[in-house]
Amino acid sequence: MANEKSQEKASSLIGASVTRNDVFEKVTGTAVYLDDIQFGNKLLYARAVRSPYPHALIKKVDTSKAEKLPGVKAIVTGKDFPERMGLYIKDKTIFAVDRVRFLGEPVAAVAAISEEIAMKACELVEVEYEPLEGVFDAEYGASDKAPLIHPQLGEYDCPNFIFPKPGTNIANHFKIRRGNCEEAWKKCEYIVERTYRVPHIQHVPIETHLAVAQMDEKGKVTLWATSQSPFAQRNLLAKGLHISQSDMRVIAPLVGGGFGSKAGVTMEGIPVALATKVKGWPVKFVMTREEEFYTNFVRQGLIAHVKVGCDKDGNILGLKNVMYWDAGASAEYGSNVTRAGGYSSSGPYDIPNVETDSICVYTNHPIGGAYRGFGMSELHTGIDQAIDELAEKAGFDKVKFLKKNAVSEGDILATGMTMHANGIQECIDNVAKAIDFSKKEEPSSPDRLRGKGIAIMWKAPAMPPNPGSSAWVELSEDGKVTVGLGGQEIGQGTFTVMAQIAAASLGVKYEDVRIAGPVDTQYSPYEWQTVASRLTWSMGNAVRAAAADARKQILDVVAEAWNETPEDLDIVDGVVVSYKSEQETPLANMVIYGLPKPNNQGWMGGPIVGRGSFMPKYVTNLDAETGQGPRAVVHYTVGCEGLDIEIDKATGRIHVVKAAASFDVGKAINPELVKGQVEGGFIQGLSSAMFEEIRLREGVMTNPSFVDYRIATTADTAFPLDTTYVEVPQDDGPWGARGVGEHPMVPTIAALGNAIYAATGVRLVGPPYSAEKIYLAILDAGLVK
Amino acid sequence: MAYSRITLTVNGVPESVDVPQSMTLLQMLREKLSLTGTKNGCSAGECGACTVLMNGEPVNSCMVLAAECDGVEIVTVEGLAKTGKLTKIQETIIKTGGVQCGFCTPGMLISATALLQRNPNPTETQIREALVGNLCRCTGYYRIVEAVKEAAK
Repeated sequence: MANEKSQEKASSLIGASVTRNDVFEKVTGTAVYLDDIQFGNKLLYARAVRSPYPHALIKKVDTSKAEKLPGVKAIVTGKDFPERMGLYIKDKTIFAVDRVRFLGEPVAAVAAISEEIAMKACELVEVEYEPLEGVFDAEYGASDKAPLIHPQLGEYDCPNFIFPKPGTNIANHFKIRRGNCEEAWKKCEYIVERTYRVPHIQHVPIETHLAVAQMDEKGKVTLWATSQSPFAQRNLLAKGLHISQSDMRVIAPLVGGGFGSKAGVTMEGIPVALATKVKGWPVKFVMTREEEFYTNFVRQGLIAHVKVGCDKDGNILGLKNVMYWDAGASAEYGSNVTRAGGYSSSGPYDIPNVETDSICVYTNHPIGGAYRGFGMSELHTGIDQAIDELAEKAGFDKVKFLKKNAVSEGDILATGMTMHANGIQECIDNVAKAIDFSKKEEPSSPDRLRGKGIAIMWKAPAMPPNPGSSAWVELSEDGKVTVGLGGQEIGQGTFTVMAQIAAASLGVKYEDVRIAGPVDTQYSPYEWQTVASRLTWSMGNAVRAAAADARKQILDVVAEAWNETPEDLDIVDGVVVSYKSEQETPLANMVIYGLPKPNNQGWMGGPIVGRGSFMPKYVTNLDAETGQGPRAVVHYTVGCEGLDIEIDKATGRIHVVKAAASFDVGKAINPELVKGQVEGGFIQGLSSAMFEEIRLREGVMTNPSFVDYRIATTADTAFPLDTTYVEVPQDDGPWGARGVGEHPMVPTIAALGNAIYAATGVRLVGPPYSAEKIYLAILDAGLVK
Repeated sequence: MAYSRITLTVNGVPESVDVPQSMTLLQMLREKLSLTGTKNGCSAGECGACTVLMNGEPVNSCMVLAAECDGVEIVTVEGLAKTGKLTKIQETIIKTGGVQCGFCTPGMLISATALLQRNPNPTETQIREALVGNLCRCTGYYRIVEAVKEAAK
């Protein structure tokens, strides 16, 4: 890597807030999302038959009446597709086969010539169920009293870093045993012990899930999907259908918001299954907003028992964390959420004794999947509030306590990994300064209470040890550049950042770089998934390498033609120049047709195509019993957030006076895009902290609409938000960059919880910190009468 | 299925369309007129992604029956930029960085346009009130509000 780094060109494009390359289309209504594509007269419409029970045996499925309905072209049930699939633990089928495990689980599906006929046919499918006792609490689900949801757990395939417990509802149990907590407690002067509960929430992209599938006569499948993961979908669905990955093509137009919901495979199997029954006909399945709420992946709920202690000097000596994750009906993705919550369970603190049990529990709730920074908001909600409480108990200024205990370069982490250089101290300073944290301020009116809260965070890309990225760079006759890549534009601006990286690495203008889209597994180079805040770093490395490869090919040809060495040549704004001979030639002169040899002796060069790939090779597995290993993750991004709030005594309503966020991004390739991510993530975090909860009653979601499931609107963000970033370079990131897409929503719940405590002296067990909850708490505490 | 023939003006162009009585204005725009810039986020009038101007007023087009649109004037996001020249709010939302995934953007631009037409100098509170029915999950709204302020200058 060191050699490659030294070839990295300094460029004014790196650190420049260039205009997004997808924005003209987006403001004129011409950007193409999947639902904007026409599929012609043969298009069929799919609807699903869904379970009305959270847990039941399927005794009989009778499709005969539905089959007779005119306009129905295909019906599929679980018996047709018994293959188990999953990104991590393979515990999920496209349709329930003999048992339903959550309310809304697909049992069968219909493709018909209109949506109305498909819906009518679904009503005619007769399913006989035998209801079973359900599991609606993760801690209960982990006990031996709970009925089993996956009796065949022991038969499921899973990677060697996931540890299911057959004969229980535990899909993964990740442990850390570092030092000795029992000994540590004896040395602690102050100890805090608390239980936190974080509810399930929904991603709520404004574009709901949608997929169109078509199988040709030879059995090759094309899937158009609203997707963060076209390649993962190709792989999982091809395996499920027993076809070659090369015969499974996934096309992924621009995504109207993802936040993790469009990662992995969720609803895409349904139209694919139907398409296999009607070769040649495209089958379209659109999720309604209601289905989006209660049948798609959700963020898992968490019950966390936290115990943390420090000595009289304020050094945190021990942390014990027992976390029960409510994975819902499948842990195919959620088992890794639990793992991530486990290996990062110390938070960004240097703690010598750590004991963690991160337990992934099957329940009869909606399936928990990836949600922006998965595991981290939930985990930090507990530890950051417990540590805030500990700081106060120990009589420390909170900022000093955080700075004293924050992780720094060279610290041995709870997994045994050594921490890299990071800017957490500066992030804390930035936030503390922005909200004037140490200054006690009076509320704006006697009817209000006022307080300030602060919390720190870390997050590593949570993924298998070796997810790869690849890219190509080619040039057209006019010397302009096209970059092929497989990462997805979901709003974060990755196509813009990749164009900046390619332009800087190759030596052309940003405006002269195009991204080859939409991502299409048939033409685009491989990318694992658009998740984990990994693209700027991982795909950025691949694009940088591809552009550097093209550059080398170009300079080698020109050097030979000019009888010079490549080291004396450069490419500046699309022109090859020699610093030695002062010759120059535009790229357009040679990137397709090459250059003539002297004296009419033939030609050299030819069409230029650069290739690059990147895969981290240094991540190791961790011991199943202790969670110890040389390197748990690729790196951590760290940061800090704070809020200055007032609480209306009469209503419990929160009014944010000011907020601040600061993250160490390694290098901000595009500073305004970084700030945009931080603002959007902070508000998504605040929305989850104040309003959001999937209200589940015996497995039934009672609020599946925007009226009952409220997210932040313009009315909720009318306060100043100070955003800053710190740049401590990542040793293997392009120009030192690491990701920041997910991180801004990680510490927000805890920072708000700490601010509520500062204002009221009340600790609430978990979000959402609704006005009602706060009012009742301050009423109980005697602050109002 | 009963159909109605309606005539209306969409983005300045006269149109005559046969619409089923259950068809919404949103479906008509997207499916009959291929104006796919207007987005569907909830089909329930709650997210604002489908906002269009109807006789100058912003409406959720998913909550309006197409059959009721005889004689009206509709402006969609495609009707903002005349002959390729962006309107001021389109320019300022690019400048401030108020677009991420872009799915709420068409509805947001229409609501902002309606506001600026009825109130060329809105306060920040008035801007936030005017956009309160347009949900955005990406941006936190700061840069969108800033864009409207800039456009009003």
